Amino acid sequence: MLKKIKNITNRQYFWGYLFVSPWVIGFLALGLYPIIMSLYYSLCQYDVLRVPKFIGLDNYRELLFGDEYFWKSIWNTFFYLFFRTPLVIVGSLLLAVLVNNSIRGIKYFRTLYFMPSIISGVILSVLWMWLLNPEYGLINAALNFFGIQGPLWLIDPGWSKPAIILMSIWSIGGGRMLVFLAALQGVPKQLYEAVEIDGGGWWQKFKNVTVPHVSPIIFLWTIIEIVFGLQVFVEAYVMTKGGPLNSTLFYNLYLYNKAFDDFEMGYSSAMAWILFVIAVAVTYLQFRISKKWVHYSSD
Amino acid sequence: MAKQKLNRKSVFVFALLVVVAIFFVVPMLWIVSTSLKPESQAFSLSFFPDTLQWENYTRIFDKIPFLAYLQNSVAISLVNIIGIVLSSSIVAYAFSFLEWPGRDKLFYVVLATMLLPIQVTMIPLFVIFKELGWLNSFKPLMIPAFFGGGAFNIFLMRQFFLSIPKSLIDAARIDGCSEFRIYATIVMPLTKPAIATIAILTFLFVWNDFLGPLIYLSDKAKGTLALGLAQFAGQQQPEWALLMAASVLMMLPIIILFFLFQKYFIRGFMMSGIKE
Repeated sequence: MLKKIKNITNRQYFWGYLFVSPWVIGFLALGLYPIIMSLYYSLCQYDVLRVPKFIGLDNYRELLFGDEYFWKSIWNTFFYLFFRTPLVIVGSLLLAVLVNNSIRGIKYFRTLYFMPSIISGVILSVLWMWLLNPEYGLINAALNFFGIQGPLWLIDPGWSKPAIILMSIWSIGGGRMLVFLAALQGVPKQLYEAVEIDGGGWWQKFKNVTVPHVSPIIFLWTIIEIVFGLQVFVEAYVMTKGGPLNSTLFYNLYLYNKAFDDFEMGYSSAMAWILFVIAVAVTYLQFRISKKWVHYSSD
Repeated sequence: MAKQKLNRKSVFVFALLVVVAIFFVVPMLWIVSTSLKPESQAFSLSFFPDTLQWENYTRIFDKIPFLAYLQNSVAISLVNIIGIVLSSSIVAYAFSFLEWPGRDKLFYVVLATMLLPIQVTMIPLFVIFKELGWLNSFKPLMIPAFFGGGAFNIFLMRQFFLSIPKSLIDAARIDGCSEFRIYATIVMPLTKPAIATIAILTFLFVWNDFLGPLIYLSDKAKGTLALGLAQFAGQQQPEWALLMAASVLMMLPIIILFFLFQKYFIRGFMMSGIKE
């Protein structure tokens, strides 16, 4: 019997290593090795055709102190994050509250709101190029209906980022709504009843019961949303190519241009590492701030 | 009195629901309507085309190599689904049902790889695939799928596996089943919900993937739908009716899948939040 157990254990070692080996090979060849090379390239001048030439921290120095486009792309990306993140989070939370009502047919409304969220990337961008068309697009037609002269959206440097933010709310609001809806359905009904007995209305319920209860979820998705937002690329590449006047030159678009248009792979690698540092810093900051407002129930 | 208040409230809520629905739905209807308009009417603000121009949907196939793009996108998606489902499940099996030294530490490494932005590895990977002579082929877009299937999918599979009773696996072992047989005949058939979720997430990701094909495929005929659509949209004077028809066509498989597998769609969406 003992021998049999020992056999099984040994066999498990063998199968364990065998089954995990695809990931290990993939990690070493397509993960760890590229990470190391990326660090090395970031210290080099490298155009892929010639061997990398070591130049120390010059790429980082040039980026931080000599490249106005780099700072422009940082500004654009932070502008995007700064407005998009709270709009998406608050908007989808309010949507969730709305569809948490038990009205007949509410399931259909949930599905309708969620539908746009299955569209993304190039399709989404192309659809919105048309919707945002200043002369013939639906958005300005709708604004016109209310007597508002719509802006030039993607052609106007002042409106191009808001245009992309608007699109992203349309395309993600319903998806995030479902996440918050699931959280809302876990809030005990008695708590709302208690507020009602105290004479509190909708806002009291929202502020004193809903938000504290879903705050861990809000926190988690704020982080995810920021990490996704930092990645913004396809929209700008397809819709505006970074224009007009570099107003949608987001970080990853500039990084891509440097790598695959200018073939400055070293410079671009340095940008990738700065992005990594930014992502870690933002997440860390979020954790620090969250201590003040996120409420983890102890039960 | 109370009832009247309740009624007023539900009327208000209902009105609000409808207004929000308009915000989400009307743009989609508008796009379908544009896709059916004759080019001459594309710029009119009417929701209803004078005549339904179904030819738009066939003209795309003449205008751009739509069929080739479609085949390429389907091929890349299918291979990725197969690769990722097989590979992530077998790796997750090692992390869930087998005991071996270093297992838990290595799992932390798997999780840690999720934190790294793809931009960090993008350039070295491009160099590797260039050295291998894989540029302008589907290999860089297909072969990596077979090496673990990505940390997130391994994590998902493992979560699901942990809900399968260990006693079931042990019983099969006592009966002399090999680990591979347990994986193939006991675990996988029980894992259909997780497989469906991962397959759908993978499909959505690969179908929409733009950066990968953009970097690796320079030959136009080898392009994917995402690449072709972006190119078509980048023309100086886009033919909007055709462009919308092409977008609707590319969207169609996603919408069909959505109605067939809504449950898995929503589950996948809530777990991953995928968007890019």
